[in-house]
Amino acid sequence: MKLLVCVSKTPDTTTKIKFTSDNSELDTNGVQYIMNPYDEWYALVRALELKEAQGGSVTILNVGPAENDTVIRKGLAIGADEAVRINADPQSSLNVAKQIAEYAKGEGFDIVFFGKETIDYNGSEVSAMVAELLDMPFISYASHMEMDGNNATIKRDIEGGVETLSVDTPFVISAAKGLAEQRIPNMRGIMMAKRKPLKVVPAATFDDPVATVSYELPPEKGQVKLIDPENMDELVRLLHEEAKVI
Amino acid sequence: MVLVFAETQKGKLKKAAFEAVTYGYRTAQALGSECVALVIGAAEDAGQLGKYGASKVYQVEDPALEKFDSQTYTRAIAGAAKELDAKVLVLSHSTTGKSLLGRLAARLDAGSVPGVNAVPTTDGGFKVRKPVFSGKAIAEMEIKTDVKVLSLMGNAIQPEVVGDNVGVEALSVPVEAGRITVKDVERVEGTVPLPEAELVVSAGRGMKGPENWGIIEELAEVLGATTACSRPVADTGWRPHHEHVGQTGIAIRPNLYIAAGISGAIQHLAGVNNSKTIVVINKDPDAPFFKAADYGVVGDLFEVVPRLTEALKKFKAEN
Ligand SMILES: Cc1cc2nc3c(=O)[nH]c(=O)nc-3n(C[C@H](O)[C@H](O)[C@H](O)COP(=O)(O)OP(=O)(O)OC[C@H]3O[C@@H](n4cnc5c(N)ncnc54)[C@H](O)[C@@H]3O)c2cc1C
Repeated sequence: MKLLVCVSKTPDTTTKIKFTSDNSELDTNGVQYIMNPYDEWYALVRALELKEAQGGSVTILNVGPAENDTVIRKGLAIGADEAVRINADPQSSLNVAKQIAEYAKGEGFDIVFFGKETIDYNGSEVSAMVAELLDMPFISYASHMEMDGNNATIKRDIEGGVETLSVDTPFVISAAKGLAEQRIPNMRGIMMAKRKPLKVVPAATFDDPVATVSYELPPEKGQVKLIDPENMDELVRLLHEEAKVI
Repeated sequence: MVLVFAETQKGKLKKAAFEAVTYGYRTAQALGSECVALVIGAAEDAGQLGKYGASKVYQVEDPALEKFDSQTYTRAIAGAAKELDAKVLVLSHSTTGKSLLGRLAARLDAGSVPGVNAVPTTDGGFKVRKPVFSGKAIAEMEIKTDVKVLSLMGNAIQPEVVGDNVGVEALSVPVEAGRITVKDVERVEGTVPLPEAELVVSAGRGMKGPENWGIIEELAEVLGATTACSRPVADTGWRPHHEHVGQTGIAIRPNLYIAAGISGAIQHLAGVNNSKTIVVINKDPDAPFFKAADYGVVGDLFEVVPRLTEALKKFKAEN
């Protein structure tokens, strides 16, 4: 099976978010970048498991500038066979999706994997866009997947429950918790990653239909009101009269 | 025209549908245009959307749309948007809406913003706001295309009655079945799903073990709240995965979030800090969660939680 895993780069989860003085961009000073956890922990690892079980290849794809190569190498260290970086710095999801679809359409991938969302933009739209652009079924929030030949049985998270479905390849899937278990790259993997191919593909030109105008931080919480642990009637009174939530 | 896709479940409108129509109505007002709603499949109460500002409700019915497949739904909704010449398409930011937003944007070659939480401003471009960095910041985004697709964050606005019921009109659009076969849908019955819940009681590693959750469930029951948990609690199997909230779990914004025995790590806060009111119960006065809380109780949760349950029972009996 020919498997594609699209990975993105996000600030580390412990990042203290701050912006440049005009609030137009993230202040990247001191920010550590990681591979988006959903892409790394679930999408990539499930793709590797499928390859290990039934053969084939795993390609990881990133749309971004050369500085993303560190994150891409980590994907190779975890076990992907090869990597592709589309050399673009798009400002909108649709542009990213079009870059991916442009590359993937001639390659005959059986499954295109994504993480369920990035932890910075929290959009979860690129995967759906790529599915539409490739005219493929899309299974979002997959938490379990079994393959039998070219047929997959997938469980996906829905509000307050789980849906089970069946679909033949090719399809696009977005990975949620449960689809696989995180793998830590070992020394051998890291050494091998250096020799694996990382192909840089020139970008196609597409418009950005959406632009970020500015950022702001949410209003600071006031001082916490401490309640006597013996007096929960007082807490209930405050929730009712002051916060008006009960 | 603003077209709102109103989600249903088991033949009835979801709460998110009313929120989305209220949002669509206000967006239409800002644009000096009209808001109409679209339902797919049976919805006995669809006409009610008129009360929330839909001037018309269209209904598309087709056997191929009985089970959810984002491809089939996208074709139907995009077909309706074209047929009605809709300029703004509003979805709910639910698992269904999130599976559709990107597809619809790609199909209509439209700019899209997922998870908006405020009505667009229209002077000097069409601009919306959405939480980013898992709730640690808010971004203002401008959509530059003629057609725009948005999904509305749950609990971001309260549904508001502005009119009366309207009639429901059948709309015929080309429907073509996709390749997914849905085999089974299992739902946890009886409780409001976390993303929609207005009241949430959550607990963490301070609970010591899964056998102690009775006090959390009792508090949730008295309150009519949904239960949630921190990540390590779900990871060790003390609680089901669907309860895991935070940066790598579900992001929620209930009216009330009660956290017992949760330290308040940055990744946990990322998923809950948009809650309107936060109550933290922790025995460690230096627990970071107190900095993000509105009300704090420093004490042993095994004593405080049952006491809170009793106080609520008393309050409910009196009110
Ligand atoms: C990439 C990444 C992503 C993550 N994503 C998430 C996420 O989405 N959601 C999430 O929750 N975490 C996430 N985490 C984990 C997070 O960093 C914390 O480890 C986790 O939230 C801690 O869970 P906890 O508060 O339940 O446990 P702890 O940190 O162990 O806290 C337990 C708390 O209970 C209190 N306590 C103990 N006994 C009592 C008692 N008897 N009465 C009252 N209080 C008591 C203690 O004082 C302590 O504050 C993530 C971590 C990483 C690295």
